[in-house]
Amino acid sequence: MSTVVPLSAQLINLFAAVILLLAFAMLAQRRVLPLINLFALQGLTLCLSTLVVAFSTGQAHLYGSAALTLVLKALLLPWILHRLVRKLQVKSDVEGLVNIPTTMLIGIVLVMVAFNVALPISQLASTISRGTLGIALASVMLAFLMMIVRTKAIPQVVGFLAMENGLFLAATSATYGMPMVVELGIALDVLVGAIILGVFFFQIREQFDSLDIRHLEKLKER
Amino acid sequence: MDLFVLTLAIPLVSGLALAAAGERAWAPNLNLIASLGTFLASALLTAEIVAAGPRFAFGEMFFIDSLNVFFVALTAFVGLTTSIFSGPYMRNEREHGRLTAARLRLYKSMFQLFMFTMLAALTTNNLGILWVAMEAATLTTVLLVSLYRTAASLEAAWKYFILCGVGIAQALFGTILLYFAAERVLGETGNALLWTHLVGVKGQLEPTVMALAFVFLLVGYGTKVGLAPLHNWLPDAHAEGPTPVSAVLSGLLLNVALYAILRVKVLADGAIQSGFAGSLMMGFGLLTLTVAAFFLSRQKDIKRMFAYSSIEHMGLITFAFGMGGPVANFAGLLHMTLHSLTKSAIFFAVGHAAQKCGTQVMEDIRGLIKINPVIGWGLMLGTLAILGMPPFGVFASEFMILTHAMKHHPWATPILLTALGVAFAAIFGKVQPMVFGETHLKRLPHAPAITPVFVHLALVLMMGLYIPPYLVRWFHEAARMLG
Repeated sequence: MSTVVPLSAQLINLFAAVILLLAFAMLAQRRVLPLINLFALQGLTLCLSTLVVAFSTGQAHLYGSAALTLVLKALLLPWILHRLVRKLQVKSDVEGLVNIPTTMLIGIVLVMVAFNVALPISQLASTISRGTLGIALASVMLAFLMMIVRTKAIPQVVGFLAMENGLFLAATSATYGMPMVVELGIALDVLVGAIILGVFFFQIREQFDSLDIRHLEKLKER
Repeated sequence: MDLFVLTLAIPLVSGLALAAAGERAWAPNLNLIASLGTFLASALLTAEIVAAGPRFAFGEMFFIDSLNVFFVALTAFVGLTTSIFSGPYMRNEREHGRLTAARLRLYKSMFQLFMFTMLAALTTNNLGILWVAMEAATLTTVLLVSLYRTAASLEAAWKYFILCGVGIAQALFGTILLYFAAERVLGETGNALLWTHLVGVKGQLEPTVMALAFVFLLVGYGTKVGLAPLHNWLPDAHAEGPTPVSAVLSGLLLNVALYAILRVKVLADGAIQSGFAGSLMMGFGLLTLTVAAFFLSRQKDIKRMFAYSSIEHMGLITFAFGMGGPVANFAGLLHMTLHSLTKSAIFFAVGHAAQKCGTQVMEDIRGLIKINPVIGWGLMLGTLAILGMPPFGVFASEFMILTHAMKHHPWATPILLTALGVAFAAIFGKVQPMVFGETHLKRLPHAPAITPVFVHLALVLMMGLYIPPYLVRWFHEAARMLG
């Protein structure tokens, strides 16, 4: 391994680190609106990192994915979520199943696990961004953790979407992105999913007068 | 016109048309005609593939061979009988005031789009598109599970969305890993996710990456198959959604998810060169079978009980494919077919029984044989068929799986026999009083569409006594493809 790391690789690693940091910030953020803003910021960072990979490798289709990320994850989805929060008049979210310091500690353990799982694969990879595969898997796991510890519907959905961000990063860092047709399909699914969830929120709200999903724990094996 | 294009286009176009037109008097008929059209197109397509061999469509985007054309035909057939069943069933629901016109419109259009996503998942050659179609299948059914807008149905739909969403995210990671392994061999063309290209180079794919990819894909798609321990969404979604949706979820969606795993298993087996993928599937299969069998006896809701029975059978089928080899694969494919037919027939009968008694609680459903002998016998015979009583076909496939397990994996036999025995005792003990007990209820306003129940059961009976030679050849060929 050479000691001189090219500037583009350094930039990619920097952006990946920012994405991981944002994943931790989302885990710690209790209020709904700042949470959505953090999610938008993560989308933006993802777009920038994809742009750098595209520029340094000359992979033309990655510009397309970067544009898709910008429109969908940095603008459209946060906008939909903002509208939902306003329409549903969601109060700030102040509780979780596990307190925040504990959550952060679990998060750190998850990051270590993710790096160990990703290590053999990133050694095989020949891409400029291979070092970020561990980070990608770590942000998937952190998003997953967020879905587990949050008890309100909107943070759970943000966790779900953040998981998709992590997967997208994994795809760019291991293989320079999936074929365009697949990426378009995934984007369509995410968008339709978000819209369906929006409809669904109104149904939950109509039924329970709240978006606390602890109301949704009646169906159990007795 | 190309039969394959028709098979995919009819449900897509009619789904959109039904959404645009709204609930009109002719909407149920359009739904029925569309399903009939899809079935006819798929039947002719099957005949074409059997005669002329596998082929591509739209360049190399879609690939139809003897394995998936068999699932396409089955899917279209159960789709057709479900739309026959749902006509009177949904009219009854509307008259009971449980559904409005707007929700019926949602139901019909989403039903057709659901059929489209499943057929697309089955026929696509691109493993990425397979993922997209599987996720779309979840999305089209989420709002159907919550169609009644009761507290319980909303909860079931939420659980369904979140659990399957998490599962499918694992599958996406698996697909990314698979693409990574493939790109090293096939290069950075768009072909690296095409199954037909992958299968040609499966021996050269990096084994460690493929093993990891298979684990993620098995857990991911396994969530949708209903494999333990991620099966929790399944009983809720089946019990709280409308019955036609339960029938297609149980009879079709689970099969499609399992089909996705089978396609990937062929690649993983070729790359890893050991029984890793098979052993993993056998383990998950046995765990699922056992967990489901022991939960069966604790159920109070009839649809919930049969949902657990679906989980149990999916476990058994996963186990069979895990054993691998021509006999076990043949038995697995046969069991998948028979389970689809029998379980959807049971859900049709259960739907009418629950509608008639106004409840899904088993203790309150009594004496079906007196209120409506046809429904009563339908439920009884369906139950006997799914429990594997001879002469129904399920007996044959279960017998093949059991004897194969005894011969090659004797350690699994006690687990299999115990689980099947426990399941038998639980289900039979509950269905018997529902059919033959005492009652005092009156008739339904709309005569139920009970023909589909008996058509399905007759097919299952026929397969137990005599499987037509062309069907045997077809199963053999599909089983051989699975290795």
